[in-house]
Amino acid sequence: MSRRYDQRVTTFSPDGRLFQVEYALEAISHAGACVGVQSRDGVVLAAERRVLSKLLDSSTRTARASEKMYEIDAHVGCVVAGITSDANSLVNRARQAAQRYRNTYHEPVPVEYLVRQIADVKQGYTQFGGLRPFGVSILYAGWDRHYGYQLYASDPSGNYGGWRAIAIGQNQAAANSLLRQEYPEGNDAAAEVTLEQAMRLVARVFAKTADVAMLDVNKLEVTVVGREPDAATSKGAEQEQEAMVVFRAVEDAQLQPVFEDVKRELEASSASGRTDVNK
Amino acid sequence: MDSVISLTGRDFVMSVADVTAARSIVVMKDTQDKVVELDRHRTLSVAGEIGDAIQFTEYIQRNVHLYELRSGTPLSTRQIAYFLRGELARFLRQHPYQVNLILGGYDADGGPSLYYVDYLGSLHRMPFTAQGYCAYFILSTLDRLYRPGMTLDEAVSVMHQCLAEVGERFLLQQRKFVWKVTDRDGTRTLPQSADTFM
Repeated sequence: MSRRYDQRVTTFSPDGRLFQVEYALEAISHAGACVGVQSRDGVVLAAERRVLSKLLDSSTRTARASEKMYEIDAHVGCVVAGITSDANSLVNRARQAAQRYRNTYHEPVPVEYLVRQIADVKQGYTQFGGLRPFGVSILYAGWDRHYGYQLYASDPSGNYGGWRAIAIGQNQAAANSLLRQEYPEGNDAAAEVTLEQAMRLVARVFAKTADVAMLDVNKLEVTVVGREPDAATSKGAEQEQEAMVVFRAVEDAQLQPVFEDVKRELEASSASGRTDVNK
Repeated sequence: MDSVISLTGRDFVMSVADVTAARSIVVMKDTQDKVVELDRHRTLSVAGEIGDAIQFTEYIQRNVHLYELRSGTPLSTRQIAYFLRGELARFLRQHPYQVNLILGGYDADGGPSLYYVDYLGSLHRMPFTAQGYCAYFILSTLDRLYRPGMTLDEAVSVMHQCLAEVGERFLLQQRKFVWKVTDRDGTRTLPQSADTFM
């Protein structure tokens, strides 16, 4: 009898739940972990890279580029947890929405404006008949002239929220409690965190909630929405401020020392006899 | 036959327009406000078919308001300019609105700005501009008299000279004008309009 309310996505169960949506959320909590952290000078996104088969053709775009990180527009990027094909379709919509906005208003789309549009699409599939909801949660990182750096998370129900730091996917409960412990308090907390510190925090979260072996540039990929290192020289004088904040991958060479540092830190703390509850 | 003139001063935009609604050779009324207030800090001055002018300016006005309700942040003057230009270009291939426009606005971060838009969908940012037959007479007047960074008093004086030129050389005698100024405190109607308008 209880299955009656599983079959139709858009029908409430007697205790007021939408099972298909809850199942989608559950599926995502087993997907590869993704973490986003805001800092003073950028937003860091990180995702676990599942080890790929050596038979995979590395000259194709899908294998070389990341499976989970997407550039939506120059100033917005996202990382997804869940069904990749669902994510592809949503990312396509997001890219179209971003370009449509540029076409209409001649300006990069405000981050929340974009996030809400995609959240509305997701919401539609929890209400209208016969279709299953999107099986993806998305972390969006971006910058706009209204609110500066922003980080949003959206889930299959169509809910979204702005965060200073958040984790989705495998071990999300442990990762989020670690982020809560380590991220500074207060309304202006992001101003106290440098980009470097944000990357360390991300590394620590992965090391403690997955395992230290995760801290390998081949297993973890990191992107940043931040100021372009040499923006002034690479763009013409006509360029606006918006054009200088970009979504970009963090080079392995920059990541390696951060990972090494965090590893040493963790080894030192375990050697000094402190028991680590998160490990 | 509309006369619409706008210029930017040091920290304001001034728009002046005649107030005549005419059909054929008949003046229907002389209280037609052609400087429409889109929101507190933007005016859209319009020349063209009165029906189209009302329809189009109201359409833009409501969309500007809708955007702010949806996103929580207002559109900048520049964004509104590109939006209405796009709308005109789209309508041009469907059912053209026969309107020529001047968008004036004051932004907290960007200061005063003025955009010329015509019914074919061209868009230019200008220090001063005019629409309608009056443009044939007063653009040269403004070329001579306009200086960047004018005070309100200076701008009023320049505008009076423009209207004198129109009064002297234009076939039609336009006696009544509405004067509006937009600055950081919003848009207000100047006392110069009082004896002729409202």
